[in-house]
Amino acid sequence: MKALRKFLDKQKPHFQPGGKFEKLQSTFEGFESFLFVSNTVTHSGAHIRDAIDMKRTMIFVVIGVIPTLLFGMWNVGYQHFLSFGQHPDILTNFLYGLGKVLPIIIVSYGVGLGIEFLFAQIRHHEINEGYLVTGILIPLIVPPEIPLWELAIAVAFAVIFGKEVFGGTGMNVFNPALTARAFLFFAYPGNMSGEKVWIADKLDSFSGATPLGQALVGNFHNFPTPHEMFFGFIPGSVGETSTFLILIGALFLLITGIASWRIMLSVFAGGLVMGLLFNLWGANQYMELPAWEHMIMGGFAFGAVFMATDPVTSAQTAKGKYYYGFLIGMMAILIRVFNPAYPEGMMLAILLMNVFAPLIDHIVVKSNIKKRLKRAKLMLAE
Amino acid sequence: MSTEKTEREAIFSPKNIKLLTGPLNMSNPITVQILGICSALAVTVKMKPAIVMALALMVVTAFSNLVISFLRNGIPPRIRIIVQLVVVATLVILVDQLLKAFVFDVSKQLSVYVGLIITNCIIMGRLEAFAMANKPWPAFLDGIGNGMGYGLILIIVAFFRELLGSGTLLGFQVIPQSLYNAGYVNNGMMILPPMALITIGVIIWVQRYYNRSLIEK
Repeated sequence: MKALRKFLDKQKPHFQPGGKFEKLQSTFEGFESFLFVSNTVTHSGAHIRDAIDMKRTMIFVVIGVIPTLLFGMWNVGYQHFLSFGQHPDILTNFLYGLGKVLPIIIVSYGVGLGIEFLFAQIRHHEINEGYLVTGILIPLIVPPEIPLWELAIAVAFAVIFGKEVFGGTGMNVFNPALTARAFLFFAYPGNMSGEKVWIADKLDSFSGATPLGQALVGNFHNFPTPHEMFFGFIPGSVGETSTFLILIGALFLLITGIASWRIMLSVFAGGLVMGLLFNLWGANQYMELPAWEHMIMGGFAFGAVFMATDPVTSAQTAKGKYYYGFLIGMMAILIRVFNPAYPEGMMLAILLMNVFAPLIDHIVVKSNIKKRLKRAKLMLAE
Repeated sequence: MSTEKTEREAIFSPKNIKLLTGPLNMSNPITVQILGICSALAVTVKMKPAIVMALALMVVTAFSNLVISFLRNGIPPRIRIIVQLVVVATLVILVDQLLKAFVFDVSKQLSVYVGLIITNCIIMGRLEAFAMANKPWPAFLDGIGNGMGYGLILIIVAFFRELLGSGTLLGFQVIPQSLYNAGYVNNGMMILPPMALITIGVIIWVQRYYNRSLIEK
């Protein structure tokens, strides 16, 4: 450790303004603060001094998704062998999935971080930790068979047009991971939807439809049991299948105070209310699906826990968070049931509400000002 | 100023040349004046319609500029918009009929957007800003210049959208079949209008990067 510190200290002058590699300063700082905790802290002013910084926030989210990631790897293998009617042991399943998912993670981080470093370099600012989370979320929300070159383009698109053009981490309007998924979905629909893509190298005769895909065409025989859907033994995007492990991740994020419970709660509430409304309507079999089953299908839980709660793109006010989450939940179920082109509505619902989040905040703040003014006037009148 | 007026200006004086070249870059109607975006999104899926659209618009801007410039001292200011619209509408109908007669399939693809040239902001903008206050020849050149500036952006956008969205250029297959066999897929998003907007955004980005004076404060 000491030798490393010494080495860095020795190299530092070269990267300071005036040094040999002054152009690479932000790259150097990026590596330095990755290896060692930055010791530049606030010296003056009324700041709360806390150990929680952006790096820790990000790392906590990454820890939160680790259970679903590991399970997702196992499930990729499990689904693959299941399509051939085989039931190998856990390790074989996991290793098969690892072989499929690891390249996706590597491409996601390689391309994304490469572009982040490039922009930090050109714009002479420090490298932000923002991509650490995005980079792990992207592999979790794509099908296991996604061609890597398509993924690379989508990641580049998401980082450049979803984030960097707005000014980098913390300034983006849209959730970058969902931007990447939306890009893939619209640009390469053949590899992002349908029955063929959700199981890696499946036997052709085996139907690989997700529960959502089945429900949309009204095919309710052979429908997975709630137990299977809750624990995640169903085909789907890598990390979205197991609601159980997502909830464990959610618990971790809530205990550490990283994610907003208001948003999570209201997303589920919104989804349930919409589901119940459809149950009352009951025009077709999909509408009659029990509302709570919507919560454990597709990416609903994953979106609610890890995507909607993104602190940058969600509403900031406490009241606004309720509206924001509730509308996401309602919209997601609405799109699922009504729009045959989009079997999963969660992605589009969150992206849509990302756009409206600032407006929700604006309305909440304005109405609060109005309310207080009214009170002040009443007091004056007395 | 008074002596300048009496002198006969050369047909292609530096000032007039600037009218032609300015809109290509520093005063581009789409990327700098932000006019005519709507049609730029709609007709740029393929290059052929984009080129035809650009030519149609150039003809209309040039000749409407010319006609309005001739009439500029006789038009009562209060009804000038109506007079301008009559001139533009006449020219657009002429162009529309010509397109239908000679390139019917492209005319079909352009559909309403030929007719909508009437409402294209570039034309009204140039008539108001330039033709109403300048002599016919510079006005004509200004029309040609702005038409070219519009066309340039249209063709750049259409080039990327057709190449990446359909793998063709002007209808010819450019991306080889072997690449498709290797797993390449056309980008379906390039065909959708949002990608046209993003492409124009990128052009604006690149242009501002090289011409710092264009960056808004």
